[in-house]
Amino acid sequence: MLDIGNIIIDKEIDARGSFCPGPLMELIRGMKALHVGGVLAVLSSDPGSSKDIPAWIQKAGHELIGVFPEQGYTRFVARKTH
Amino acid sequence: MADRMSLIVFSGTVDKLMAASILTTGAAAMGMEVELFLTTWGLEAFRKDAYKTNTRVSADFQDYASPMMEAMQAKHVPSWMENLLGAREIGDVKVFACSMTMELFGIKHEDLEPIVDEVTGVATFVERAKESAITLFI
Repeated sequence: MLDIGNIIIDKEIDARGSFCPGPLMELIRGMKALHVGGVLAVLSSDPGSSKDIPAWIQKAGHELIGVFPEQGYTRFVARKTH
Repeated sequence: MADRMSLIVFSGTVDKLMAASILTTGAAAMGMEVELFLTTWGLEAFRKDAYKTNTRVSADFQDYASPMMEAMQAKHVPSWMENLLGAREIGDVKVFACSMTMELFGIKHEDLEPIVDEVTGVATFVERAKESAITLFI
């Protein structure tokens, strides 16, 4: 578990080095496996993710908690709402 | 209009099959139905185990063939078949084989990869593509 502010991340998936649409696929699989209300983080180094992942989260109706740029990758944090 | 993407997969080269598989994944991820109609070289590429040894690329980019295959291997890029299997896992993806090509090349349903759902004629595909929001020939 990792604490971003007061958000507790239940599961973090490291999809760095995976190519489009790999990180998005990891996120979708992770969301499927997660309990409702759970928080999932995905690490991606694919530049396509910055648009694709938020677009999917919105389309799927989950909650995007935040997009956190790190050195050479980005951490996407979302809550499963249903 | 159906929230569906229809792909006519005519080409059997890795570069184009890769494009088809990534489009399929993206559409499936965004909740669209996807239907692939495999015909001619596109159907040849779905013979059992053929994808494991297929290293063909489009003739006009033949000089890129080995650097591309090497880069894909070095960077562990999933094969187009893995992409399609992944897309099917998360979404509604159907794969149809063209009956005319089957006849022409003497291919039976059991000669094809298990991802192929059924053998259909072109009329059935067109009838469904008519209602699709996106239709592409690859």
